[in-house]
Amino acid sequence: MSRKLLLEHAHIDGINGYETYRKHGGYRAVEKALKSMAPADVLEEVKKSGLRGRGGAGFPTGMKWSFLAKPEGVPRYLLCNADESEPGTFKDRYLMEKIPHLLVEGMILSAYALGANTSYIYIRGEYSWIVFILEKAISEAYAKGWLGKNILGSGFDCDLYVNPGAGAYICGEETALIESLEGKRGNPRIKPPFPAVKGLWQCPTVVNNVETLAAVVPIVNEGGEAYARIGVGRSTGTKLISAGGNINKPGVYEVELGLSMEEFIFSDEWCGGIKNGKRLKACVPGGSSVPILPHYLVTKTAAGEDRLLSYESLADGGFESGSMLGSGGFIVYDEDQCVVRNTWNFTRFYHHESCGQCSPCREGTGWMEKVLERLENGKGKLSDMDLLVEVAKKIEGNTICPLGDAAAWPVASAIRHFREEFEWHVREPEACMQRNYGLVKEKAELA
Amino acid sequence: MPKVKIDGFEVEVPEGTTILNAARQIGGDIVPPAMCYYSSLKGSGGKCRTCLVKVTKGSANDARPLPKLVASCQTQVLDGMEVANISSDEVLNARRGVVEFLLINHPLDCPICDQAGECHLQDLSFEHGLADTRYEFERRTFEKIDIGPYIKLHMTRCILCYRCVYTAQQLTPERVHGVIGRGDHAEISTFIEKAIDNDFSGNVIDVCPVGALTDRTFRFKSRVWFLKPMDAHRNCEKCSGKAVAWMYGNEIFRVTGRKDQYGEVHDFICNTCRFEKKALEDWTIEGPRDIDRHSVISQNHYENKTVTVK
Repeated sequence: MSRKLLLEHAHIDGINGYETYRKHGGYRAVEKALKSMAPADVLEEVKKSGLRGRGGAGFPTGMKWSFLAKPEGVPRYLLCNADESEPGTFKDRYLMEKIPHLLVEGMILSAYALGANTSYIYIRGEYSWIVFILEKAISEAYAKGWLGKNILGSGFDCDLYVNPGAGAYICGEETALIESLEGKRGNPRIKPPFPAVKGLWQCPTVVNNVETLAAVVPIVNEGGEAYARIGVGRSTGTKLISAGGNINKPGVYEVELGLSMEEFIFSDEWCGGIKNGKRLKACVPGGSSVPILPHYLVTKTAAGEDRLLSYESLADGGFESGSMLGSGGFIVYDEDQCVVRNTWNFTRFYHHESCGQCSPCREGTGWMEKVLERLENGKGKLSDMDLLVEVAKKIEGNTICPLGDAAAWPVASAIRHFREEFEWHVREPEACMQRNYGLVKEKAELA
Repeated sequence: MPKVKIDGFEVEVPEGTTILNAARQIGGDIVPPAMCYYSSLKGSGGKCRTCLVKVTKGSANDARPLPKLVASCQTQVLDGMEVANISSDEVLNARRGVVEFLLINHPLDCPICDQAGECHLQDLSFEHGLADTRYEFERRTFEKIDIGPYIKLHMTRCILCYRCVYTAQQLTPERVHGVIGRGDHAEISTFIEKAIDNDFSGNVIDVCPVGALTDRTFRFKSRVWFLKPMDAHRNCEKCSGKAVAWMYGNEIFRVTGRKDQYGEVHDFICNTCRFEKKALEDWTIEGPRDIDRHSVISQNHYENKTVTVK
């Protein structure tokens, strides 16, 4: 049985209320930190823990925090990125809905470590009901003296606000999030300067994912070294994985990093194998932005080693034969699923969500979507695959923010691993229609 | 002062200068093209990605090359930096890609576009684009909109460079003009189609690199290359009064700001000068303007250019 650090108490009735949360050890970490630790000690523990950003990029949190500029007389801000909108990812939603005080506690600790007196939770607009859950938790924390002025007599002030977005995926990019929070159009900023130097209202700012901030609680409670002992190599601690697709038990799981992919997909403790006794076809291990893995690369790397749920093992093989842990949106496809249709669906999403600021992403995402739509509907050409690869290559790395990369990678990887299926769509459109939709479209429509 | 080498040419520039501006000090072919950057508009640039360059050596202290191509209009030079622009195939390839992207939703009907001859996208695609398009789908189109009595907006031609948005924000008192929508369905719009009504609104026409914003008092009156640009000035209470009168015989067809070789205006002019003073007696004509742009608009003018060997 894997250890749970974040969701240990999530199943308990009433844990979203203050009393129950407190009874199960809640706010112990804040007590410990504010009474016996200096802000630098908290930062030191986070560094020792090896915690890496859980929002997708996997950047070491301690290092990110230590980059924060600390000019005299300028306020610093901590922002929680709860704009979880990646297709396939729903872990933060679960955490905030079930155990909101854990996030509040993690934010108080992190704000203390960073010396930020004002913090915001920027939450996805579609999570409208969670706004109320968080606001209730925050008002309870204020009432009990965990937020506000001079917390526990330590002299540390902390205010926490919830700010709902208006439904744009791009606002999950940290600088777009800052723009949106300032009340402007959510366009990513051009970097440098990075938020750690000039962020919210041109002040030093740290933006962290919900899960990252929540993970600070067990790190303070048990010590960074104890946290670092969980996991494998530089992938330490536990990770929430939101598993979906054709598996028997979809849901949010907390796993120790380093669990084998084979065990995660097939054992009854986790996903419970592929639904209806079908075979595994492919897997997107980290949300729609990461490269897709064909079945022969899901459980084994190209070098023949066991593939593990960790930052390094999933990235093993680079873009040729690897993928990324990303945000943990784990999507499993069985043999009946169509990779072309899936890729089209992803590009449709990125086309819709591109902010339109820089040309490669604005125009390229729409182009890829149209070509894939044509392929899916049996009107494609054999040259379309090369065209898609070419377009993806022209977008990747040439954009202001990583949305361009995120749009390009799934397309490039799907064609790399499933080119035959794409070609089949061109050669035998009727058979594809039959498989995907169970019907043959009129021949005239195909012509 | 940091020294930077661009395509083998070295230049010394003040601290904080961007690669693009350093290249402009050297001049010639190695200046990266820019569709969105506009030196007199704060915050502009970084969007169109045509000015991407390769930094082959980070600085004297850290010789590592930068991993990705960078937007030269946004990246500041460091001492000892080495940059490859036209000497790098990677850069030229990426630029060709950007031009292709810019053109997929842009109509290729230059013969009926008022901007033809002074359009930056036309020049850019001539220099860096492909001969034909690989895009086989319907293009994004919009209805033409009149923004007030003087300005015509045709979003179909817009490349969303945001220059006009910055102009409206920085030059004019009230902001009634911005971008709505997202992605390739984003559009430049005025607040509920409210007319832009202030004295400097006409400058959005000058900053527009394409034919999306055009002068309603001049539209389709003449092709720009048939007109003779003359430096002209008048005493104006609102602006510097320094402008270019575009003439045919003794008739002034249109008035614009004075654009430099990169198409940038530094002395913005007011609407009275631009739209209302079109009689010869309104202006003191200084003489022919030397248009130093590598474009159709430089052709067929009075001045005799002598070719200098650099």
